[in-house]
Parts: sequence; C-alpha cells; structure tokens
Amino acid sequence: MHGFANPARFLRIARWLTPVLLLSGLAVTTAALVYGLFFAPAERLQGETVRIIFIHIPTVWLGMAGWTTIAVASFVELVWRHPLAGIAARAAAVPGAAFTALGLATGSIWGRPAWGTWWVWDGRLTSFLVLLFLYLGYIALADSIDREGGSSRIPAIFGLVGAINIPIIHFSVTWWNSLHQPPSLTTGGSAMAAPFLWGVLAAVLGFSLLFGGVILARMRAILARTQAEARLRRKALEG
Amino acid sequence: MREGLDQWNFVIAAYAVTIAGTLALVAWSWLAMRAAERRRDEGRRK
Repeated sequence: MHGFANPARFLRIARWLTPVLLLSGLAVTTAALVYGLFFAPAERLQGETVRIIFIHIPTVWLGMAGWTTIAVASFVELVWRHPLAGIAARAAAVPGAAFTALGLATGSIWGRPAWGTWWVWDGRLTSFLVLLFLYLGYIALADSIDREGGSSRIPAIFGLVGAINIPIIHFSVTWWNSLHQPPSLTTGGSAMAAPFLWGVLAAVLGFSLLFGGVILARMRAILARTQAEARLRRKALEG
Repeated sequence: MREGLDQWNFVIAAYAVTIAGTLALVAWSWLAMRAAERRRDEGRRK
C-alpha cells in the first residue's frame, strides 16, 4: 500500500486507468439503464415505478460508499501520513455528495407513487439527509483549509467522526418503524426476483466504475494544482 | 391507463435527473482535470 502513496507511481497508473474506468462505466451503466427502462418487467404491486430501483440503489450505495472512502482515506492520512490519502478523501467528497443528492431525489420521486408522499421524517430518509449535510460540511471545511491554511488533520477527523452515520443509515430500517422497505441486498442473499437482481447488480457495477473514474480524475486535478502551486512558490523564492 | 401514464412520468423524471446529474459530474471532473494538467504542463515549459 505504501508503494501507491508515491504520487509519480499513482499518476503512471491513473493516466490509463481513468479513461478505462469512465468508458467502461458509461457502457455498463447505459446497458443497465436501457434494460431497466425497456426490458425489465413491471412489478405486480408497484407497476412501472419499480424501474426506479435500477437508479435508486446504485446512487444510494455510492452516497454511502463515498463517505466510507473518505473515512478510510482519513484514517490512512492520520495514521500513516500518506500524501495521497488526504487527496483521495477530498476527491471523493463532491461525487459522494452528488450521488447522495441523486439518491434522495430518486427516492423522493419513487416515494410519491409508492407511499403517496414525497418525504417522511423517518429514520432512513432523515439519516440519509444528514449524510448530505455531512458532505456539505466536509467540502466547506476542506475548502476553507485549502484557501486559508490550517491542519489537514481537521477534515480527516471530521471524516472519521462522520462515519458513525453509515451504520445508522444501514440499520435504520431495522431499528425504527419506517415506510422504507428493509435492505433488498444483503451478504446473506437477495429479496429481489432474478430479472431485477441482475439488472440492479449491473447498474451498481456501472455507476461504481464511473465513480472510480471520477475520483481518479479529481485526484489528478488536485495533484496537478498542487504541483503547479509548488513550482510557482519555488520560482518566487529563487527570483 | 391513466394510472400507467402517471407512473411513467415518475420513472422518466427519476431517470432524467440521474442521467443528467451523472453526466454533468463526469464531464465537470474530466474537464477540470484536463485544465489543471494543461496549466501544470505549461508552467513546466516556461
């Protein structure tokens, strides 16, 4: 793992891996969404609205995966001081926030025909909204430290503390009464019929590839900006 | 029939929001990366 903390080695891998992840992600996601829209069967109780499952589950999964990435990278940054770990955490914040917002939006659009309401203040929806606010707080904090200066350990600690919300989101539907259904996909199996399960798994794979490509692209952008600023500082000192 | 049409409106709205949001995120991240790397490389050549 320490070998990948070298920015030059990371860039050598990221240069070819970024377009590979983005292009394969676009292809798999397009195939999964075409299946979900035009070929998946309607469901007996939910009718056509069940097709929203092919976008709702991947976006919610990536909203939670984004914060898990921040927490793991923050831990690595705090413990081993890896230079790329803090960059990875910052790079995951905006895509994580975007997919959390999309998960909330698609859930709300699905809730209207399924539950008869756009929103309820139950455990799952509220803890997921809290996740969006955590992302916004993390982005603002990391941004202000980049601009004003300060210890990069502060957003890392925030990233670790915020991770407590991830198990709360996951178990909210079993701990509290909720309109939201229990988890459809668990390590123990699936509550979904095969035509939905394979389509959802393909969509999760496609969106995850895109997510990985976006994080690599954002890491490369942060690295390039840092290198350009370091060069300008060196020039100013020499001149 | 009327119910079926309404259901498709929700499906299309959810897909449109997700596809537009995801494509915007991918395009923004890719273009920002290209611009940052171009600025860095131009600085090296000067």
